[in-house]
Amino acid sequence: MELKTILFYLFAVIMVFAALRVVTARNPVHAVLFLVLAFFNAAGLWMLLQAEFLSIMLVMVYVGAVMVLFLFVVMMLDINIEQMRKGFWTHLPLGAGVGLLMVAEMAVVLSGRYFGLQNFPPQNLPANHSNTKELARVMFTDYVYPFELASVILLVAVIAAVMLTQRTRKDTKGMHPNDQIAVKRNDRLRIVRMVSEPPEVQAVDAKAEEKS
Amino acid sequence: MLNNFVMPDLYPAAPEIFLLCMSFLVLFVDLIFGATHRGLAALLTVVTLLGCAAITIVTADGHTALTFSNMFVDDLLADFLKLVTYLAVIVVLVYSRQYLADRGLDRGEFYLLVLYATLGMMVMISAANFVTIYLGLELLSLSLYALVAIDRNASRATEAAMKYFVLGAMASGLLLYGMSMIYGATGSLEIGGVAQAMHHGQSDKTILVFGLVFLVAGVAFKLGLVPFHMWIPDVYHGAPTAVTLLIGSAPKLAAFAMTLRLLVYGLFGLADDWQKMLLLMAVLSIGLGNLAAIAQTNIKRMLAYSTISHMGFMILGLMSGVVGGVVDPFTAVNAYSSALYYTVAYVLMSLGAFGMVLLLSRAGYEAENLDDFRGLNQRSPWFAAVMLVIMFSMAGIPFFVGFFAKFAVLLAAIKAGYTVVAVVAVMFSLVGAFYYLRVVKLMYFDAPVDSAPITAPMDMRILLSINGVAVAAFGLFPDALMSLCTTTLLRSL
Repeated sequence: MELKTILFYLFAVIMVFAALRVVTARNPVHAVLFLVLAFFNAAGLWMLLQAEFLSIMLVMVYVGAVMVLFLFVVMMLDINIEQMRKGFWTHLPLGAGVGLLMVAEMAVVLSGRYFGLQNFPPQNLPANHSNTKELARVMFTDYVYPFELASVILLVAVIAAVMLTQRTRKDTKGMHPNDQIAVKRNDRLRIVRMVSEPPEVQAVDAKAEEKS
Repeated sequence: MLNNFVMPDLYPAAPEIFLLCMSFLVLFVDLIFGATHRGLAALLTVVTLLGCAAITIVTADGHTALTFSNMFVDDLLADFLKLVTYLAVIVVLVYSRQYLADRGLDRGEFYLLVLYATLGMMVMISAANFVTIYLGLELLSLSLYALVAIDRNASRATEAAMKYFVLGAMASGLLLYGMSMIYGATGSLEIGGVAQAMHHGQSDKTILVFGLVFLVAGVAFKLGLVPFHMWIPDVYHGAPTAVTLLIGSAPKLAAFAMTLRLLVYGLFGLADDWQKMLLLMAVLSIGLGNLAAIAQTNIKRMLAYSTISHMGFMILGLMSGVVGGVVDPFTAVNAYSSALYYTVAYVLMSLGAFGMVLLLSRAGYEAENLDDFRGLNQRSPWFAAVMLVIMFSMAGIPFFVGFFAKFAVLLAAIKAGYTVVAVVAVMFSLVGAFYYLRVVKLMYFDAPVDSAPITAPMDMRILLSINGVAVAAFGLFPDALMSLCTTTLLRSL
């Protein structure tokens, strides 16, 4: 057995174990940490596939940025784990049945017969072959349209995130010294010019009082 | 290194590029003038869509043009579907203006997200590659998830958005998995390349069918066909009606294009397999959609179940293209154009039906229950008549557009030898006629519960009237639209 094969099985076994623990862990923080472990092992598998750029990106972007953020969110939230697990055992037989059926089907199709090494022989690339360069070349030439679309999707995500979280509160009572200093007389005091009340009114009132 | 790279021809993608540039303009205009000039973003959005329509008409020459390394296709089908999409989105914007203003939702973000959703639909319609289909779908879905949740204070809308998001993400996963399997079997992500690889018989059928199952499941989810329909009633019900109007209309065109491009253009070699899957889902959708709609008291939920059954009917056309493994071009074009006709007719009716719900809603009041339609004839005989036309058309009563759509699809199914299926579909649509006619009964024979005057702006009244008249007119002259659909498909296949 080659070293690469041993490494493959090592990464694969740890990844499957970690993925299972993500679903079954009682503590959400543990679940997130197991997901980090699964990502690390997936990165290892990609490295074995000679996709070193993707592998490093997975660690940098997912583990370094996304999962750290995720961890913060999970720590901030007060998740009632008991309530979330309610109904776990009652739904388990059906869920496990469907899941196992799918795994069995996939095992039949994805076996070595169709996706084995003889169908997809490994490429023996020279040591100075740059995976990053190759990716960049297709990304900015053949795949420029999907690349642009992906950027639009990110823009939509930004707009949606701002829209869903930004709140302008109207009921806050704060002081704004700038505005207070810049205030002018006309802003506070309004002099209204109006004609004085005609004297007949009083006379009429007096007459009305006399009559009554 | 780049010596074999050719600068992509941007001309066929001009409408998409124009829309994207205009969306940035809307973004900045809303940032600067959003607070003072509220209607500006809406106006610019409508202008953008009209501009896109003009560009699409000018650049349409009837030839199939591929660009961006064969990832983007501009054919007559794409032009036609895009034009209907712009029209539907403009109608959505006009119908929903007052509704949004009453609820303080007419912010620039709404119009921006509608524009990006439209861009997503256009990308899906013009996709010639699995990657582009997926990205267009994500662009559309992501915008729609956010739009459903636009009213942050409505807990029902937030719940609907969450449900839509989780289930939609799962469906996208299924679709991607299916695509990856097909890529593994054929070695190509291009739709044309996949078809070619299968034609030469160099790919293994087991993997292809395995991938196909996931692909069809993903597509069925987006269309809302029965085993994957759970999200439709909740999202339609929970979303603000203006957003329901959007979800229920234009994206159906994009979903149709996606189904056609994936299954017919790409996986035509597996037609026997996917036709069986679609057959099962069509019968289940027509059955469950019509039966469940009867039990609803909320009109948005009722229309959601009716969507499920309508999509089932549409699928009847798509699965009738190949008979017994023999490809006859005439039968195929006939079947697919009947499905296209059905989709366009459905979008027209759906716009009218949700438009009526918006018409009766006013500030602080949602006319979303069937009871709100009681005695509409006494309040406004004209709009009661418009609703009558739309309901009759949806039920498939003769001489409205919905009748000819059902007729064309059923004819295609019978020609393909699915007589029993066609009979079952007719039986269930008879059941469905019950709940459409119940709305008519409530409008004409019951006393009004809510007697407030209808306070919709004039542009909406005019457009809704045109919408109702169009449903009737396309029913009186069905050949015009039908031959347009047939010609479009004939020149695009």
